[in-house]
Amino acid sequence: MTELNYIQAITLAMEEEMNRDENVFVVGEDVGIKGGVFRATDDLYNKFGEDRVIDAPLAESAIVGVGVGAAMYGMRPIAEIQFADFIFPAVNQIISEAAKIRYRSNNDWNCPITIRAPFGGGISGALYHSQSVEAIFNSTPGLKVVVPSSPRDARGLLKAAIRDNDPVLFFEHKRAYRLLKEDVPTEEDEIIPIGKAAIKREGEDVTVITYGINVSITEKIATKLEKEGTTVHLLDLRTIYPLDQEAIIEAAKKTGKVLLITEDNKEGSIIGEVSAIIAEHCLFDLDAPVKRLAAPDVPAMPYAQPLEREFIVTEDKIEDEIKQLARF
Amino acid sequence: MSIEKIVMPKLGESVNEGTITTWLVEVGEHVNEYDPIAEVMTDKVNAEIPSSYTGTIQEIIVQEGETIKVDELICYIKTDGKETAEELNATKEKIDIDEPMTETTEEGSMSHRYSPAVLSLSQKHGVHLDDVTGTGIGGRITRKDIQKYIQNRKSTIAEDTTQTEKRASKSVVQPPSTDPYNEGYELTGVRKAIADKMVLSTTEIPHAWMTVEVDVTNLVKYRNNVKQSFKDKEGFNLTYFPFFIYAVAQALQAHPILNSTWQGKKIIQHRDINISIAVANENELYVPVIRNADEKTVKGLAKTIHELANKAKTNQLTQNDMTNGTFTVNNTGTFGSVSSMGIINYPQVAILQVESIVKRPVIIEDMFAARDMVNLSLSLDHRVLDGLVAGRFIQHVKQILENIDETTTLI
Repeated sequence: MTELNYIQAITLAMEEEMNRDENVFVVGEDVGIKGGVFRATDDLYNKFGEDRVIDAPLAESAIVGVGVGAAMYGMRPIAEIQFADFIFPAVNQIISEAAKIRYRSNNDWNCPITIRAPFGGGISGALYHSQSVEAIFNSTPGLKVVVPSSPRDARGLLKAAIRDNDPVLFFEHKRAYRLLKEDVPTEEDEIIPIGKAAIKREGEDVTVITYGINVSITEKIATKLEKEGTTVHLLDLRTIYPLDQEAIIEAAKKTGKVLLITEDNKEGSIIGEVSAIIAEHCLFDLDAPVKRLAAPDVPAMPYAQPLEREFIVTEDKIEDEIKQLARF
Repeated sequence: MSIEKIVMPKLGESVNEGTITTWLVEVGEHVNEYDPIAEVMTDKVNAEIPSSYTGTIQEIIVQEGETIKVDELICYIKTDGKETAEELNATKEKIDIDEPMTETTEEGSMSHRYSPAVLSLSQKHGVHLDDVTGTGIGGRITRKDIQKYIQNRKSTIAEDTTQTEKRASKSVVQPPSTDPYNEGYELTGVRKAIADKMVLSTTEIPHAWMTVEVDVTNLVKYRNNVKQSFKDKEGFNLTYFPFFIYAVAQALQAHPILNSTWQGKKIIQHRDINISIAVANENELYVPVIRNADEKTVKGLAKTIHELANKAKTNQLTQNDMTNGTFTVNNTGTFGSVSSMGIINYPQVAILQVESIVKRPVIIEDMFAARDMVNLSLSLDHRVLDGLVAGRFIQHVKQILENIDETTTLI
């Protein structure tokens, strides 16, 4: 066991996979000599050289496009988008090419690319460094979208993503990078399966289903509320596309009162889909309306801190919602 | 103008819910204050709900056939007059869909709103939802409430099987018949009230019974002599029943403990002697009350009985006609019964069944005689009454009845 923070776990996963498989390489802006703007690829350039840790020009379409081509040729690229906010020029490569290769070629070709991107706000990142973009990809069969909530999950899921034979989008909450620390079983080659949600906590009163950084925030609040007599059943989606329907249904039925949380704008977010799954399968087990806690339907996260607090999902908001549902 | 709420009024002391049977107004219709807006059926009476305001019906919340608690919202009315800014805001809040929870948090307002989870659990486990106490917002029954209820019931079963039988009769709803040839109908209004009350009486009260034979030959003779003239004069029949009420009311004065009600931890002995009488029409059983029966003559009693029976037939009994009874006399003789065991009219402590008057051979002074005989069957609450006092009372009634003739009792 080694205590790692979230970004160290990511770096370790990449290093381990690059050692294990020489087809794995990293491409992205500033990932080489600089070691990444968040230092996710710290020291990888020195360890693996410029052929396997490639500094790309400011052209996301090219970063992903090169990756897609290399992947189809048998390599296992890890393409880093510096901020998820910048992924849009690459969306055509991701949705029209990477996602469809296997189907279009009748299984002759596949595309084992991993696309990493830091996302999310609450760090005074303002409009173009705070977005949650995951919902864009959540209606594209052929893609997998993973959002780890802890250092251990980050390592295990990233290793699984790199070894996956199809494209995986790997979104890392940038606020989690140095905030979350935990013991990671570095002595073993832990792979956490993509497509499986995790029960983080058993409870009887309210089910919370969320992903990413809100998992740890909810855990903290759940610990507090337990002392007041309210127990929370917490499900971490981990993979948000495709969703682990079985786990969602089971968690919703557990208490019949469900709170869904995302940092994304409410309408059209991934939790709307979670809500639909619950509505489809759990009608006779529901004891309260399914509630969604999300950002308002406003174009972007504001820069001013009071406004940012207003916009983003906070501990207080989560606590409030859980309490309301528990009382209902 | 402002939007006001109209709620289910309290239509009687013990009435806490009512069923809207018919809406007399539509949305958009203009009504004056005190105009009837809906017909409502409560436990024992049908009544009309008057409008509390003059204005236009804005929205009807409770649909026909729905049963709701007293003080629950039934409709919104837009009153005539100027609307203040404050009221405007209040109206806006009402339609603010972002806060559906705050709108429905009044006490009891959610007690009959069941979630799918609660409904399916209640059906699966045969739980009568009226027996479950809601701890959610507005008294809503939560899934946990019903799980707890089922859990408690299970542990009770383990503890005491006789208890379970009682509870089962009280709370288990039999699964609906799937036989397509059997037509079912919903248990509503008066029928439901009767069912609930009978179950309450028989499960809670330890009943004891006694029957005496009364020789009413003189009474029969007396009544036969006067019945034609009475009819001509008063316009209605003189039956035997008022004589029995008369005798009971007089005897109750001497034995006031029978004129009591059971109030949980205490027994209240009532000064007023108010006799409940059972009056049935095709589907329903009403128990209207003859107030201060001990102060009335036989004629006065006959008249009151006649009026109450007419009201029952035409569905005009009010809640007021049916409250504050202290003792019940049941005229089972009208069905030809000669012996029966009445169920006490809760929370009273005794009920007297007057059976058929039958001509029978009776031995008097070692000789056979043809006499008019009647059985009086008394059911008593053994928590309150013992055989001794009940026996004295019924002997007293017998004695009064056997002595009724034109010289002792004026009509």
